[in-house]
Amino acid sequence: MPRWGMVIDLDRCTGCGACVVACQAENNVPINTEDVYHQRRAIEWIRLERYWEGEYPDIKARYIPVPCMHCENAPCEPVCPVYATYHTSEGINMQVYNRCIGTRYCSINCQWHVRFFNFWEPKWPDSLKNQLNPNVTVRSRGVMEKCTFCIQRVVKAEHQAKLEGRELQADEFTTACAQACPAEAIVFGDLDNPNSRVAQLVNSAVNERGYRLLEDLGTEPSVYYLKKVDPEAPVEEHSSHEG
Amino acid sequence: MQERHQLGEEAITRELFRPLVSTPAMMWVGFIGLGAVLAIFVFAVSWMVYWGLGVTGLHRPNMWGFMIVNFVFWIGISHAGVMISAILRLTQAEWRRPVTRAAEVMTIFSLMTAMLHPVIHTGRPWRTLYWVFPYDFWRNIWPDIRGPLVWDPSAILTYLTGSTLFLYTTLIPDMALARDRTTGWRHVLYTILALGWRGNERQWKMQTIAGFLLSGLILPVFVSVHSIVSWDFAVSLVPTWHATVFAPYFVIGAIHSGVSAVVTLMALMRWLFRFENYIRLEHFDAIGRLLIAVGTGWLWFFLLDIFFAIYPQEARELEIMQFRLFDWPFNVMTALIFIFGYFIPVPIWVFQRFRRNVKIMFWTSIAVNVGMWAERYWLIKPGLMRKYEWTFDWAWYRPSIVEISIIMGSFALVGFLLLVFSKIFPPISVWEEKEGVHFAQQLQVGKRRVNAVIREF
Repeated sequence: MPRWGMVIDLDRCTGCGACVVACQAENNVPINTEDVYHQRRAIEWIRLERYWEGEYPDIKARYIPVPCMHCENAPCEPVCPVYATYHTSEGINMQVYNRCIGTRYCSINCQWHVRFFNFWEPKWPDSLKNQLNPNVTVRSRGVMEKCTFCIQRVVKAEHQAKLEGRELQADEFTTACAQACPAEAIVFGDLDNPNSRVAQLVNSAVNERGYRLLEDLGTEPSVYYLKKVDPEAPVEEHSSHEG
Repeated sequence: MQERHQLGEEAITRELFRPLVSTPAMMWVGFIGLGAVLAIFVFAVSWMVYWGLGVTGLHRPNMWGFMIVNFVFWIGISHAGVMISAILRLTQAEWRRPVTRAAEVMTIFSLMTAMLHPVIHTGRPWRTLYWVFPYDFWRNIWPDIRGPLVWDPSAILTYLTGSTLFLYTTLIPDMALARDRTTGWRHVLYTILALGWRGNERQWKMQTIAGFLLSGLILPVFVSVHSIVSWDFAVSLVPTWHATVFAPYFVIGAIHSGVSAVVTLMALMRWLFRFENYIRLEHFDAIGRLLIAVGTGWLWFFLLDIFFAIYPQEARELEIMQFRLFDWPFNVMTALIFIFGYFIPVPIWVFQRFRRNVKIMFWTSIAVNVGMWAERYWLIKPGLMRKYEWTFDWAWYRPSIVEISIIMGSFALVGFLLLVFSKIFPPISVWEEKEGVHFAQQLQVGKRRVNAVIREF
C-alpha cells in the first residue's frame, strides 16, 4: 500500500507559478477573475505565498508553494458532520463533493488555509468548456474543494499497473504541479517505497534542511519542504518561515 | 418587602386574559413594524439561498461570520427560560410566578431562531435539511459523531423538546380556563389543547409532579447546551478558540444575557398589557439582585479567559489576544463589552432605588445584551481574522447588507412570535398567579404584620 507524499525544494523554486496554472487546468478549478481576488475568494488548490526578506533596497523575494498538506492526523476530518472529508488508506485527504453540505468547519480548522469554498456557481466561458478534464468532477456552488494529489492520475496509474499484472513502479507518474514545474522543485511519490525520489529526498533531507509547515501542531503533514540555501547570508536567518 | 394587592380569582382571570380578547394599539404597531422587518428577513434569506453564500461578506479565512455570532447570542438568550422557571421552581422562589411563562416562551422562540442560523448558513441548505434532518441511515452514510456539529443539533433539539414539553405542561390548566370562557373556533382550539383537563385532585397532582420532574430533568440539558455550543469553537485549532474555559464561560454568559432579556420582556409586558398588579416592582428588585450575582460571575470568567490565554505564554495565542485587546477596532469593542456588560448595569443594580425603577431596569438590561452581542463577536471573529502565520490570508471581515438584514430579522422574528403567542395564550401563567395568592399569608410579628408564604410540601 503506497503512502503518497510530496517534497518541495524551496532552493529550486523560482516562484514562476506554473504549478498553480497546471493545477487549475488539470483539476477543473474555476477561473479566478479579478473580482474573485478582491472578494478574497480565489480558489487555488496550490498557491504561491510570497514573502519579502530584508529591507529595501537590499530585499529578496521568497516563495512557498502551498498545496494541501494531506496531514496524517488531519484536523479538518473529524469536524465534518457528514463524512464529506476523510482519509484514504493511501494517506490522501479526500473530499466527497456530493456529501458536502458546506458547513465550512473544515476550512476553519485547517491552519494551512488550503480548503476552498465555492461561494458562487463556477462558470466557464464557452470557448473553455471543451477544455475541462473529463476525469475530474466539476464542483457546484456551496461545496468545499481542495488538492487531491491528482487522485485521477493516482487511480489511472494503479489501474494500468493492475491491468498489466505488475506492481506500481516508483515515480511512474506524477501530479500536474510536479509535472509542470520547470525547476523540478516539486517531487511527488510514494513515501514508503525506498526507490522513489520523494522517499530518498525525505530521508536525506530530514537532518539537513527538511521541515514541514506548522509541524508543531502535531498533524503530521505529508508535504515536506527543503529550506532555501542562500550562500550570501548566514543560515540562521532563513529559519523565519519554519513551522 | 412584598407589597400585595388583594385580588380576587375572577379579577386575576379577567385581567390576565385581557390580551387575548382586546388588542392594544401598540400591539398593532408591533405586528406591522416587526412584520415589515420580517418580510425583509424572508427576502434576504431567499436571496442568499438563491444566489449562494457569495452575497455575504464571508471569505477565506473568515468562513464564519455574523450568522454564527448571532446563533450563539440567541442560544444564550434561550437559557433564561430554564434559569427562571426550572431553577427558581425547584428552589421555590416565589417571585418567579409572573415571569415563568414569558421566559419559557422566549426560550422556545429564541432556540428556533438560533437553529435557523446554522441551517441557512451552510453552502447547500436543501442538502442540510434533506440529509441531516432526518439522517438517512438506510444509505449507510452515517454522521460523524466525532465532530461538534453533530453534538450541537442533538443538544439543541433535546433542549427544544424538553422546554416545549415543560411549557405545555404548565399551559394545560390555563387552556382549560380559556376553553370554559370562549366560543367559536377559539373554543375548539382550547378544547383540543386542554387535553380534557377538569382540574380534579389527580390531574393537579400529576401536573405538579410533571412540572417538577421536567424542571429536574432539564437542568443537565441546561448546562450541556451552551457547553456544547462552546465546543463548536473550543475543539478547533484556532488560537483563542481552543480554550477549556469556554464551556462554563459560555454558560454563565448565556445566563447573564438571558436573564437580562427576561427583564426587558417583563418591562415591555408591564407597559404593553398594563400588568402592574402582577409584574410588580418587587419582581424587578428580586431579578436585579440575581443579575448582580450572575453578572459578576460572568465578569470573572471573562477575565479568566484572558488570563488563561496569557498564562501559557504561547506566541500565537498571545498575539491574537494582543490584537483583540489593543488594536482598532477591537480595543473599542473590549471597552464596550466591559462598560455595557458590567460597569454600567451592575453598579446601578446595587441600589434598590434603581432596581425598583422599571425604566432604569429596562435600559440596563438592553445595555447588557448590547455588550453580550459584542462579546460573542469579540470571542469568535479575531481568532479567524489572524488565524496562523499566513500573513497573506489575514483579512478583515465586513458583513454584507444581506447578513445585517438577517441579524435584524432574527430579532423581529422572536418579537413577532412572542406577540402572536400572547394573542393566543395568556402571557402570564394564570394558575400559578392564583396559587401564589393562595400561598400568601400574613403573620403577626410583634406589632407588625409581615407578608409570608406558607407551603405544604
